[in-house]
Amino acid sequence: MITTHRVWVYGDNINTDVIFPGKYTYTLRNQDEIRSKALEDLDAGFAAAVQAGDVIVAGRNWGCGSSREQAVTSIKLCGVPAIIAGSFGGLYFRNCINQGIHPIVIPGLADLLQTGDTLEIDNEANVVRAAGQTWAIPPLPDSVRAILDSGGLLTMLQRRFAAGQ
Amino acid sequence: MPTFAEKALARAAGLLVAHAGDVLDITPNLTFSHDNSAAILRTFEQIGAPGIAYPERVAITFDHAVPAPTTMHAQNHADIRLFAGKHKLRLFEIGRGICHQVLSEEGLVAPGEVVFGADSHSTHFGWLGAFGMGVGRTEVAALWATGSLWLRVPESMRVTLTGKIPAGVTAKDISLALLGRLTVEGGQYRAVEFAGDTLSQIPLDDRPVLPNMMSEFGAMSAYMPPDEVVLAYIRARTSRDFTPIYPDADAHYTDDVTIDVSTLEPLVALPHLPDNIAPLSQVAGTVIQQAFIGTCTGGRYADLKAAADVVRGQTLRARLIVIPASAQVLKQALESGVLADLINAGAAISTPGCGPCMGNHMGVPASGEVTISTGSRNFKGRMGTPDAPVYLANAAVVAASAVAGRLINPEDIQS
Repeated sequence: MITTHRVWVYGDNINTDVIFPGKYTYTLRNQDEIRSKALEDLDAGFAAAVQAGDVIVAGRNWGCGSSREQAVTSIKLCGVPAIIAGSFGGLYFRNCINQGIHPIVIPGLADLLQTGDTLEIDNEANVVRAAGQTWAIPPLPDSVRAILDSGGLLTMLQRRFAAGQ
Repeated sequence: MPTFAEKALARAAGLLVAHAGDVLDITPNLTFSHDNSAAILRTFEQIGAPGIAYPERVAITFDHAVPAPTTMHAQNHADIRLFAGKHKLRLFEIGRGICHQVLSEEGLVAPGEVVFGADSHSTHFGWLGAFGMGVGRTEVAALWATGSLWLRVPESMRVTLTGKIPAGVTAKDISLALLGRLTVEGGQYRAVEFAGDTLSQIPLDDRPVLPNMMSEFGAMSAYMPPDEVVLAYIRARTSRDFTPIYPDADAHYTDDVTIDVSTLEPLVALPHLPDNIAPLSQVAGTVIQQAFIGTCTGGRYADLKAAADVVRGQTLRARLIVIPASAQVLKQALESGVLADLINAGAAISTPGCGPCMGNHMGVPASGEVTISTGSRNFKGRMGTPDAPVYLANAAVVAASAVAGRLINPEDIQS
């Protein structure tokens, strides 16, 4: 399937404190509230303007810092199906997989795009097409891909325990 | 040829060997979480597991917002108490201290073990020669339910420290020097192994700072080879058997970095990244309103003692907040007179815990106010509002800056 996505473009070393401020981490439970804080200290207009299907394209080390999961879930709740970055903070990359949001590593793409541009994700050819170029989506190990394809770690475990395994 | 990480993760996966890049199911010796356990237990209850797989391998500390500042925080704590009681989980109450410090003091992590915590500073446990890694809330729920978690074995990099540590330079400054040189992505998705004769010069209380701050370096984990001083510390706290792990002499490292500490001077991380480093001498004079000594990085007894030695007999031009990392640290400071020195100078003392480090509890700055902190992280908005800049330094520098009301070298404080 080939899908077209509008992009939100950000720079290097965007950390979890600006993606989802620490002061909200223990008190917000409501999904609409968590969603409304996405990128609050990075781009205050994002949560109100983002549309389902949009993707984030960022520079190096997106999501460095805390292990807080809401830095992923707040973006997922906005309907963002994938985050493309030059590289990811290690804990953030794991949280993406476990929340069923695809972390795609493409170095340099953020330099070629501006917020509002569009790109294509081709899940059959496993490529991203943007700015007149084509990039391969790096493969994930099979067991990691299986978590993503399940929709995340929670769903995978729910199925496993429901099946009595 | 294996690195420490390859050996420790092979052991925790029940394998003889493991290689960087392998994706393994790891069964850690300990899984811990803190105030976020309220969210974790709600996820756990959705999984449908019959119970906690290994309740004896679970620990929970209340530390991020203690005592509860709002009814919502109190309700989270109440839910966690109920859950921990029901499942017979080890729970450390409010006031006991910060997870990494408490679990070290309690002897719950030993050399060669693997520990996963719902906190990015879980790299901390490398100071005990353990593989410590931060994980997400859903991952802790999965660990409670199944006892294991997937992990791609990281490549390792070696950081060798050489030379004699100069007076006034601490493990904090060494960490900042490494960040300044290689940036916040210098250790990305790697296990850092510290090496070199300098390690044994670092006082015990100061050792956790190095692996703790490797979280800011992007590392998944960080390791210091446990020497006799560390082995004695842990043997005094647990009677269980453990087998330390050391890397092979010919282990493969993606990077091999050497830092000569003998040329270092006190350093400061400027807003808004912990790799934005300047020598203190270059930024001295920067006006501050608040100084904060605390956190898992900089709230141990040695930090309080260093601060007391600076502020004793002084009056403060900026407010000073001191939050011991644990009840044991607080007690030691009380018994030695360090606490009295701090109070006499005008410091505000608060309940052991994380305090304002992540903008979650008391001691947050107002808009426009500048804080200098012994913490590890100075991201924009870290302490609660994006227009309150945070500087990071060692405890003596933070205390001296409270005395002067501006960044200053402790040597320049008139006694």
